[in-house]
Amino acid sequence: MKKIDNTTRYERLRERYMNGDLSRRSFLGLLGAAGAAYGVVTPYRAFAQDVKEVRFDGWGGVVSEALRENAFDPFTAETGIKVVDGTFGGGDEYLSRVKASQPGEYNIAHLSGVFDYARYHNLGLSSELNEANIPNLEYVIPKLIDVFRKVSGGTLSCVPYDYGTTGIAYNRKHISDDEMQEKGAKILLDESRKGKIAGWSDWRTRMWYAALQTGQSPNDIQDVEAAWDAVRQHRDLSLKYWGSGAELMSLLAEEEVYVTEGWSGRIFALQEQGHDIGYMDPPNGFGWQECMYVMKGSPMEACEELLNFMLAPETSIAVAEGQNYPPALDPQKVDLGTKIPTLPAFDPNGTLENLTFADPAYWNGHEAEWSKTFGRVQKGY
Amino acid sequence: MSVEAREKRQPWILLSPALTAITLLLFIPLLFILVYSFWLRTATGADEVGFYLDNWREALTDAFYRDILLHTLKVAAITTVVCAVLGYPAAYFIARSKGNKPVLLLLLMLPFWISYIIRTMSWINILGVSGALNTFLLWVGIINEPMQMLYNEATVILGLVHFLLPFMVLNVFVSLDGIDETLEDAANSLGATRWQSFLQVTLPLSLPGLAAGGLLCFVLGAGTYITPLVLGGTSDAMFANLVFEAIITQLNWPLGSALSLMLLAVLGALVMIYNRYLGMAQLMKGLG
Repeated sequence: MKKIDNTTRYERLRERYMNGDLSRRSFLGLLGAAGAAYGVVTPYRAFAQDVKEVRFDGWGGVVSEALRENAFDPFTAETGIKVVDGTFGGGDEYLSRVKASQPGEYNIAHLSGVFDYARYHNLGLSSELNEANIPNLEYVIPKLIDVFRKVSGGTLSCVPYDYGTTGIAYNRKHISDDEMQEKGAKILLDESRKGKIAGWSDWRTRMWYAALQTGQSPNDIQDVEAAWDAVRQHRDLSLKYWGSGAELMSLLAEEEVYVTEGWSGRIFALQEQGHDIGYMDPPNGFGWQECMYVMKGSPMEACEELLNFMLAPETSIAVAEGQNYPPALDPQKVDLGTKIPTLPAFDPNGTLENLTFADPAYWNGHEAEWSKTFGRVQKGY
Repeated sequence: MSVEAREKRQPWILLSPALTAITLLLFIPLLFILVYSFWLRTATGADEVGFYLDNWREALTDAFYRDILLHTLKVAAITTVVCAVLGYPAAYFIARSKGNKPVLLLLLMLPFWISYIIRTMSWINILGVSGALNTFLLWVGIINEPMQMLYNEATVILGLVHFLLPFMVLNVFVSLDGIDETLEDAANSLGATRWQSFLQVTLPLSLPGLAAGGLLCFVLGAGTYITPLVLGGTSDAMFANLVFEAIITQLNWPLGSALSLMLLAVLGALVMIYNRYLGMAQLMKGLG
């Protein structure tokens, strides 16, 4: 049956009225009914409309560039759905923005760590993905998926996307590989390098490294005071706490500091640029897995389509090579090419047993107290 | 309606768009912040609605907040004094220049065309270890290795002065521009030297502009958080950084609200004192 548009429909009605086939009363009545129907339906049209764009928020810098070039632009070309990408400096900052927003305003976030996933989930922000719409999920390392399922009661609100570490980055002109091997995490407390040390202004990272420096397990810190003392000692020796990947790279590249913790992918990017920066994951170094988290209230089918596109091996590998973090794809199922096996933190077995991840229950249980305490310690208290 | 009643209503009708905007964009959000300050943050980060005085008790009695507030006021005061010392001669020069005044005023406004954050970050390229200044000093042989100049209280003050100096210059300029130049001539003809006529005639008459500029610099300086974040070291945080951390990092909106109202109250009190003794008219002239 041929579809007719509203203009044609109105013109036919008018013709019938002008020909005398329709009384004036019926004509006006039909027009009124059409107007009322339009008024009633309009507010709900948005729900039935085709989704034109999806909002994505991530870490900015080389990570955003890699996603834009290898995933978002090709996705838009293929589906016509625009991906609007914003950036944030960390999961805490982003959570604050989401809290101040309306449901549906933010759609997909590149979250770091299962602890972030658990935090967002506990605040009631999770959606429920229809996994049938994401067939490429089959290529992902099962261990990475299982930890998320455990948090959200069997369902998923995200897909794992990549993993990496926060290890120690050091300037090889001033610190040798041998010295790093010998001192490990304690190099960040080396008094002879006062003013040439930096650190991330993230309370979790500070406490994690303080645990390593005081010989404790990061996921079970017994002597909390000793750990805070180590945080204070590091603060007094540091030139600055950095707050973004760009700042981290600038501090190392400009030689403002010689040693700091660093994100594995960003340090690899510095090495690719020709800077003589070493990178080391000390024993029990901070491992994390990142995911693409879909917020409640988002257009689910469009988001699932985007996630499936992003997980396609060719896309995922291209993004991983661009952002320098290994993808969540299982190397036992997918050939990851030649560059990815050279990236820091890469696990050729796909078991990730060599990485230590933050226990979400433990870290989120201390979040309120430790983030506040760090706010004070950071400022000299 | 009588003419008298109509005349009484007219100012309110004319003011109503501005009053509506101020009510919607300032007073109602402030009311929200006030209400928020009595709520509590739960362990998960969600807010607990109620009437709790915990945030206010913490903000008003904890020495940590008091010390950072005093540090903030100190940094703002130093910045204001530096702006006054640097800004007054510049404003005097502009006010007394005959033909170049519009060009000089345009040059003064130029920095406002560039983002404040970019202007602040430009100091990293100037004062950094491999920045312009170190490179120059190494090149001419004054130093043998780069000096560490960034990330301390001095660079925070430098960044604030860079940001606030035009506000001071504009206010002082407006004040100086309004002074009748023949007054100085009269003082000179009565035997005063140029320096004496400046000290006894021009300076006292321009003090309201200096005070208005000082107030603006102080209030804006005390409320900043970007400059200490970009140019400060580990212990150079200012009070607004605490508000930022409470709200953004710790997701503690209730405490952040109490802290922001506390800062607002302190700075508001300063504005009230200024208004009591000098009036807001001069400030409006400067802003205009």
